[in-house]
Amino acid sequence: MKTEPLRIAVRVALAAVICTLPLFSNAYWTDVCVSIGLYALLSLSLNVILGQSGIFHMGHAAFFAVGAYATAILNTLCQWPIFWTMPVAGAVAALFALLVARPIIHLRGDYLLIVTIGIVEIVRIALINDVFGLTGGANGIFGISRPSFFGFRVVKGIQFYYLVWGMVGVSLLLFYGLWHSRFGRALNYIKEDDVAAEGCGVNVTHYKLMAFVLGAFWAGMAGTLYAAKMTTISPESFSFMESVIIFAVVILSGGSQIGVLISAFLFIGLPELLREFSNARMLIFGLAMMVMMVWRPQGLLPPRRRRYHVGSLVENGSGGDSSGGSDAGAGSSGQLDDAAATGGEQATGGRPA
Amino acid sequence: MEQFLQQLLNGLAVGGIYALVALGYTMVYGVLKLINFAHGDLFTIGAYLGLTLLVSCNFSGMLNPVLAVLAVFVMVALLVALIGFLLERTAYRPLRNAGRLSAVVSALGASIFFQNAIMLIYGARFYVYPDYLRPDFTVQLFGLAVPGVRLLVIAASVILMLGLWAFIQRSRTGAAIRAVAIDPGAAQLMGINVDRIIGLVFLIGPGLGGAAGLMVGIYYGQIDFTMGWTYGLKAFTAAILGGIGNIPGAMIGGLLLGVIEALAAGYIAIAWKDAIAFFVLILILIIRPTGILGERTADKL
Repeated sequence: MKTEPLRIAVRVALAAVICTLPLFSNAYWTDVCVSIGLYALLSLSLNVILGQSGIFHMGHAAFFAVGAYATAILNTLCQWPIFWTMPVAGAVAALFALLVARPIIHLRGDYLLIVTIGIVEIVRIALINDVFGLTGGANGIFGISRPSFFGFRVVKGIQFYYLVWGMVGVSLLLFYGLWHSRFGRALNYIKEDDVAAEGCGVNVTHYKLMAFVLGAFWAGMAGTLYAAKMTTISPESFSFMESVIIFAVVILSGGSQIGVLISAFLFIGLPELLREFSNARMLIFGLAMMVMMVWRPQGLLPPRRRRYHVGSLVENGSGGDSSGGSDAGAGSSGQLDDAAATGGEQATGGRPA
Repeated sequence: MEQFLQQLLNGLAVGGIYALVALGYTMVYGVLKLINFAHGDLFTIGAYLGLTLLVSCNFSGMLNPVLAVLAVFVMVALLVALIGFLLERTAYRPLRNAGRLSAVVSALGASIFFQNAIMLIYGARFYVYPDYLRPDFTVQLFGLAVPGVRLLVIAASVILMLGLWAFIQRSRTGAAIRAVAIDPGAAQLMGINVDRIIGLVFLIGPGLGGAAGLMVGIYYGQIDFTMGWTYGLKAFTAAILGGIGNIPGAMIGGLLLGVIEALAAGYIAIAWKDAIAFFVLILILIIRPTGILGERTADKL
């Protein structure tokens, strides 16, 4: 059982490694770490929807694409600086998410999964077909400029590294705060049991939509970074395969933020070690997906059941005391499964009467 | 009118293939509640195995093409069924009691694995089915010249579907499959060996999928290693359209999707064909969330 100081030490060590890593690695590995960071960012944004709220969403590449294309179009057509396009890209992706998610948000798990896949495919086909004459068809958009702050241009891999990982750090802090807020608790409750949540007066549809919008906003901003890093984007970069990778990262993470970082490294970093088997790389990637799931179906770091001292909210005999320690119910309840939330329930007694 | 009928028949042929693939999805979903994303790639394996068997055995020297195709049809179905069975054992059975999404990711991994295995073995280029295998006759139907291969594909898929339907509805094993689909726990208590039934489902579904792969090869004459993904997604769409887990639903959904797509390609725009198929799916799910023949269950919200 982990103790608090140990957890803090692990986090500090991880942060130290991330901060100093590019000082020891060569340009190639720095580049790899930039893509790990981008995937980590995307996965953190999907974690809002899938990991923390339990909404089966496999179409995240669509929001990523919308953000990246918004940046690319604003930058190449209107000459907007990259950093100005970032909030706009996020907002456009969020608006898109709001529009597409509203009619489908009430669908049950697997139906939602397949509909979100459909959305990625529709977006990809729309991009290939040069919708509104803006997306450049199958060739995509090229000549996106580099981001710059106050005249300092971000060009080199190492600068991108700190930009992307800085953004990852900001997201970690922000989402950490979020999950401990009223909003985060509501989403977590919905994940555990949406019927009960509705019964307790949580507006499930509203919260699910907000999770979608927030995740999409973040994915859109990740799209900005991606477009700036690549300077060229095409529909191929936003295929369903991207959605699958992000999805797999979140599922393997078990829903925790540190888990997302570790599994992003496992899924994006490890295959790079196999560069020399370039042909068989994806074969091994597929195999690794199966092996990882069979090896650890509950995810790397399944969330521990949070315990709130909620005396002011609920008077519940077994809740709110310290008998079980902070790890109560950790073993059995970490699955990202709407039907599997059992086991830990009694241990926490957190369900309001 | 003539164009409409042509597109309709075209749609029925493609829809028959979708329906065959959709049956595999729907059966697996029925008993395991798992979207078997690797199913589309089993379909591709069927197409490639069929090509290899047809070319390497050089049946045409010994048998007439029709018999050769029939023999290969059976062999492909059996081989792909075996692969599906092994897949269930290795990738899905260990995850049966784990979270639902872990199994989905495992299935996606299997899909990537198969797709790249095919690419490594055969290479990334297109393959062309030998021409002499394509039944080369046309039939006059309601004043239309219909390619014989189109009718054969429709006929073959209808025969397979009816056979499966009869098996599920009439036989004891079929009853066991239905029982497991409704409630595995209760079925177990009634003395049904659930593991065996699931194994059987993973033989039948992939077998039909593999046969459909061979049919696509013969129908279009051209295959490539990524085709399983598109067909798989379409077939899954078809399964949902008809109400997932429901066997007649998968058949109707497949045929319907094929027709919708053919008409969309003929009258709207061929480049948007796939997008229209998904759009229809979304629309149907919004209007009727459990599909055309799906039962209204007590949904969570």
